[in-house]
Amino acid sequence: MTTIVRLQLAAVALFALPGPAMPSFAGKLSVVATTPDLAALAREICSPACEVKALAKPTEDPHFVDAKPSHIVTLNRADVLIEGGAELEIGWLPPLLESARNSKIAAGAPGRIVASHGVQMLEIPATFDRSRGDVHPYGNPHFLLDPLNVKLIVAQMADHFAQIDLKSAELYRANLAKFNAALDAKLAEWQKQLAPYRGGKIVTYHKDFVYLAERFKLEVVETLEPKPGIAPSPAHLAKVISTMKATGARVILVQPYQNRKTAETVARQTNAVVLDIGQQPGAIKGTEGYFALMDFMVRTLATALGEKK
Amino acid sequence: MRALIIAMTVAVLGVQQSSAQRPDSTRADSAARARADSIRIVRELEAMTAPVAAAQAQQVRTAGAYMNLGFVSLSDFGWSTERNVGSLQLGDHDPQVRGFTIPNVELALDGAVDPYFKGFSNIVYKLDKKAETGLELEEAYVLTTSLPGNLQIKGGQFFTEFGRQNTQHPHSWSFVDQPLVLNRMFGPDGLRSQGARVSWLVPTSWYTEAMVSVLNSAGGTAFSFRSDESAEIHGGVPDEREVARLQDFLLVPRIATSIDLTDTQTLLLGASAAFGPNSSGPRARTRIYGADVYWKWKSATAAQGFPFVSMQTEFLYRRYDAAERISADDPALTLSAETLSDRGFYSQVLWGIKPRYVAGLRGEFASGNEAVFDSDLRADRFRLSPNLTWYPTEFSKLRLQYNYDHRQGIGRDHSVWMQFEFLLGAHAAHKF
Repeated sequence: MTTIVRLQLAAVALFALPGPAMPSFAGKLSVVATTPDLAALAREICSPACEVKALAKPTEDPHFVDAKPSHIVTLNRADVLIEGGAELEIGWLPPLLESARNSKIAAGAPGRIVASHGVQMLEIPATFDRSRGDVHPYGNPHFLLDPLNVKLIVAQMADHFAQIDLKSAELYRANLAKFNAALDAKLAEWQKQLAPYRGGKIVTYHKDFVYLAERFKLEVVETLEPKPGIAPSPAHLAKVISTMKATGARVILVQPYQNRKTAETVARQTNAVVLDIGQQPGAIKGTEGYFALMDFMVRTLATALGEKK
Repeated sequence: MRALIIAMTVAVLGVQQSSAQRPDSTRADSAARARADSIRIVRELEAMTAPVAAAQAQQVRTAGAYMNLGFVSLSDFGWSTERNVGSLQLGDHDPQVRGFTIPNVELALDGAVDPYFKGFSNIVYKLDKKAETGLELEEAYVLTTSLPGNLQIKGGQFFTEFGRQNTQHPHSWSFVDQPLVLNRMFGPDGLRSQGARVSWLVPTSWYTEAMVSVLNSAGGTAFSFRSDESAEIHGGVPDEREVARLQDFLLVPRIATSIDLTDTQTLLLGASAAFGPNSSGPRARTRIYGADVYWKWKSATAAQGFPFVSMQTEFLYRRYDAAERISADDPALTLSAETLSDRGFYSQVLWGIKPRYVAGLRGEFASGNEAVFDSDLRADRFRLSPNLTWYPTEFSKLRLQYNYDHRQGIGRDHSVWMQFEFLLGAHAAHKF
């Protein structure tokens, strides 16, 4: 074989590798979501015409994901990127996007979905001041726990998917209709399940269940963190304990990546129960998929609030 | 958009109302309940849109600017058994004296220039041992955002992509001081120059990036090349050579590749080289080769990124053609032409014990071959540095480091340094 032929073969082999210039895998829309909850929603809307991948693991803190090089490759090949926005991913997404060099998912492109756009954010700070902790200037980014926000976001997803992938536009619209119908029925069910505990008092580790509490009329009386992103101090925990005793709050919510031991210490002194609740589908076994996750969350909360009433 | 969402929701609900024909009565009941709820939901959605628009306009006004602005300040405090601290701590951002040093205050600016470029700049202030303020334009470059073919060009002045630590700013270093081998090869400020870098993200299923930089080869930050300070390397009076041919530019190729070993472990490997003219004589050249490895494990249930364990090692080797030159110490003496070969490595392990606490250990060795002159910068040197860092938040840190130093022909030294950092404004995200 001559050198030229060999070089040609090498060139052919190189271009035969999957790359962004090539159509996406098996003609499917390649959707990348920063977090598993967004990925689960995307699957509801675009299956089976898409491949959906989440960058963050369900068990890890979405604020602190490593900007691993493998994510660069994933983003390089994406047709669509769905991010939470509101600076949830500010610590890791920007350098990945810089290296991914994919204009399909550039800011403002049809392939870029920012979930927080159009969502009514809670806790937008009046002033930007880090002495109050790591407060997000655009408001609390854990908005996906409110099913109404989910409705806004899936509509946005269907809209973008249809714009990018015309041939499956009908599918996306039909999936959206199906999902919304299911969500309406479920929301009524969840509201019914939690109705007896309206005004029920809960304690969370971080300010991550604010939207859930708002929707289902629960009250977050304290967080174990004295300020967002600041580790619990003994003095603050003493205050939490006295608040819990005074208000009768007996349920503490903890995510898999948060310090359960701290919550257990507080629970022992207040006769409270520690609930393992993951915001991300799949963080806790049996919660894969959006509805499974919400069913679990509502059921667990209702049971705990019932027992500790 | 918002109107569309409402329209779609209404449409969807309409579809649902007309098609909800379910056989069993409990299902019909729940569907009726859902319908009642849906109407309420639409009302809520409508009510939501007005305040959302107002709130977002507000956010744009207050939080959105066309540029991110960050400010980082590093201060050191400590003591060393070496009275002339500058002879021991050679980096420009290392502690300079027994007592207090402010070796790096950084003003970082970045943002999108337009749809085609992103712009970055780093302006550094530092106090020397006489408390004089030094100012340097550390980096100022643009990065393309939309080139085809997985290509990306960087242009301006920037830390050259050679190895791992060279591109990192002092505030993201895991130790108080610059690794010895990087100091010997790249000088006190690292390798950076003016020019352009082309990078290609290779279309493989795992991460591989190939880069090449073409840069000016002159100045203190091109220390092993056409630098006035190169007498420390070759012992002679630097030749003031100008750019005569294309080979007088500095050429820096690099390839980096990474795989996820498991769900929680990632390995990143790199190989780099730098070729260019040096100032020992009119045709003398320097070649530097480097290999770097970074491995990290992070718990699947990491809280704020902890716990983790990481290992970073860089090995560098330099062949420096020293031409026949006049000795810098004695103008009557001519040093004969020779090839100086230097090598060194550092290896550091970090253990993120629990949120906000990191323990580190770094071992380093650097050495050079026999030459016709003596230079402290080529003698064998070993340093071992354990440290402990506490991050009250992501925006501040307090570090305690001990250095055990052994310099051939000089002996042992011990140093203890404290470092404090604070950060204001935009927090630059960390690359892997």
